[in-house]
Amino acid sequence: MLIPCPFCGHRDQAEFAYGGPARALPELDGQDGTHAWRTALYSGYNPRGPVTELWFHANGCESWIQITRDTVTHRITRSCLANPREREP
Amino acid sequence: MTYSAAALLGHAILGNKHWPAILNTPDMRSSYDVVIVGGGGHGLATAHYLAANHGITDVAVIEAAWIGGGNTARNTGIVRSDYLLNSSFRLKNFALGLWNDLSRQLNFNLMYEPRGYVDLAHSDDELERFTLRANAMRLRGAEAEILTGDALLARVPQLDLTGEKRFPVIGALAQEAGGVVRHDAVAWGFARSAASAGIHIIQNCPVTGFEITGGRLSAVRTALGRVACTRALITVAGASTALAEMAGLDLPLNSINVQALVTEPVNPVLDAVVNYNAGLCYASQTSKGEFVLGGATDGYTSYARRGNFGKIEDVLARALQIFPFLSRLRLMRHWAGTADITFDGNAIVGRTEVEGLMINAGWGYSGFKATPAAGWCLAELLGTGTLPELLVPFSLNRFETGSEQDDAGAGPYPWLH
Repeated sequence: MLIPCPFCGHRDQAEFAYGGPARALPELDGQDGTHAWRTALYSGYNPRGPVTELWFHANGCESWIQITRDTVTHRITRSCLANPREREP
Repeated sequence: MTYSAAALLGHAILGNKHWPAILNTPDMRSSYDVVIVGGGGHGLATAHYLAANHGITDVAVIEAAWIGGGNTARNTGIVRSDYLLNSSFRLKNFALGLWNDLSRQLNFNLMYEPRGYVDLAHSDDELERFTLRANAMRLRGAEAEILTGDALLARVPQLDLTGEKRFPVIGALAQEAGGVVRHDAVAWGFARSAASAGIHIIQNCPVTGFEITGGRLSAVRTALGRVACTRALITVAGASTALAEMAGLDLPLNSINVQALVTEPVNPVLDAVVNYNAGLCYASQTSKGEFVLGGATDGYTSYARRGNFGKIEDVLARALQIFPFLSRLRLMRHWAGTADITFDGNAIVGRTEVEGLMINAGWGYSGFKATPAAGWCLAELLGTGTLPELLVPFSLNRFETGSEQDDAGAGPYPWLH
């Protein structure tokens, strides 16, 4: 699998470390019971189909990037830096 | 029909033209007592034990593709029970006992070969932890040995212990009861036994949904129509998250590819199953002479079941550290299976919040070796309604109560196990 890095271009997946789906953590303050915590800790890691996820270009430019990848076909449709402030306008 | 020497001879005289197919293709009925979703080893074993132990034969095994075409055919066929925790040891050691006699019970040659499993340690610290595991196994009645130096070389003479190595081999844990089983035969053997008891095995029939009324399961919807049932089991490995979602269940799983590879066949040189632990590479030689190699997961969520050259290179580099002579061999095939791995590395087996719907998922690397035990226990759960004691630690709600079953002691995190 080749991952398009915004800095380095298409690079082999072996250069990257996986950071998992880019997801917003649910609100946990003031939550009673264990269900909300279970969802926050364990849910949403296993999407089938297109998913927006984070990768770290460990053996490359050392950027955290965000790509949209289909977990069934490995087709990557979007790639940008993970930090919105570092993206080009 | 029963396979026997007489049957072999009789069919040989007739030119082997009249062997019956091991499976029929039944028409699906509109209702069953029990529906098993997933025709892999675990689902078919459950069907077999439902008939053999509980006399329940109004059962359908519904498989989206063909039986034993998923992880049952994609693992490296290793069976062993060298686990530290009581919960995972007991289940896998129960399975090891069942493997021993299964070929006779099923009247089907599973080619079970207890050749011994040798788990290599690469530092004093690692050998200490292996010793702890070996002692735990002995205390629970299993055999395990710690081998070092000449004793290890006598057991596996092909090991390369010479020279300076980044990860030298310090010693090993050996479980002689461990070994290999021909994985395809496991699916076929269980399927043949279940079908001959009258259980319907329906292939090429994806399940599309579950009907749940008032928290109770009432039917399973499939591509071939609706099947009314009050008891069902989801046992679909890599597809567990998607299937469970259809029933409104949220499983703490990662579906990840695991690579396996096979070399060209050569004369017999290696009898044991050997596992290299600096990184991960497990190697054994098949009866045909091929070396079967497997490694760690690809490390990222994927349902693609495709090769990964980076990982193949990684596995081969480690294989050469154990057995340098492998460098002369060519690879014949490589493939991947989608393993569903839980956050603590142990399976989720038992009831769900939907009454009548059972789950068997999250086996990760350890699914194949546990096949007969999982089938035995799930048949008991489906047949009698009581949860076998062996399954109690593996409940789905352990992720809420904090009673994770973490053999590696690595913590309940994704992509760790």
